[in-house]
Amino acid sequence: MTALLVALGAAVGAPARLLAGRLLDDRTHWGTLLVNLIGSAFLGWLVGHGVHGRPLTLLGTGFCGAFTTYSAMAVQSVDRGGLRGTAYAVGSVLACLGVAWAGYQLG
Amino acid sequence: MTPPRLGVALGAAAAGGILGSLARAGLTSWLPVADGFPWTVFWINVVGSAVLAALPALAAVRRTPWLGVFLGTGVLGGFTTMSTASEQTAALFEHHHALTGILYCAGTLAAAVVAVFAVSRWVPAPDRLAADAAGVDE
Repeated sequence: MTALLVALGAAVGAPARLLAGRLLDDRTHWGTLLVNLIGSAFLGWLVGHGVHGRPLTLLGTGFCGAFTTYSAMAVQSVDRGGLRGTAYAVGSVLACLGVAWAGYQLG
Repeated sequence: MTPPRLGVALGAAAAGGILGSLARAGLTSWLPVADGFPWTVFWINVVGSAVLAALPALAAVRRTPWLGVFLGTGVLGGFTTMSTASEQTAALFEHHHALTGILYCAGTLAAAVVAVFAVSRWVPAPDRLAADAAGVDE
């Protein structure tokens, strides 16, 4: 059951991230940044709201986990390099932490 | 190399995302971390980032557009997670483990970037550009 819920959430989250990347990623990866922000805020809200068990497995582990990505952010920042790459990486991590914390408080 | 058609790409991302997410869920339930440093997700994100950086070195990935999306956007994108990393850091702060939270947040980024940088040095630049054009790291 757990595996099915994770798979269902991921089957929506991963293609949604691809779509955001195709629509918004340019020299700056706005699409990747946006999905990471939305997913982090949503997961923070879910946990802060006390969502647990099967709903959290579907929406948190499955959807938010697959919707957001650490690997693409890391590779994009190294490919970009220099000050812009550093700003993208540090900005992504801090902004995602900020919105996750805000979501947690709201939840 | 051009990216695969949208329909193919969405299918490849979904299939890979399911596999990567199942692997992540399996590892985190097999190696649970209570209130300390979230080592499981730390290693998931660092290793996943390093493997994504290595993908362009595979000739099959450069030759087969959907394979790059399946492995990169799908499997590794689904395996690694920014949302869990952020939520875990916020929870560490919330539970008065601020130092662990700072070490986790900064440590994951530093380790992932160093790993990607080290791997990238061994992948020829034209291969990286070809993979980038094909949307491997979307």
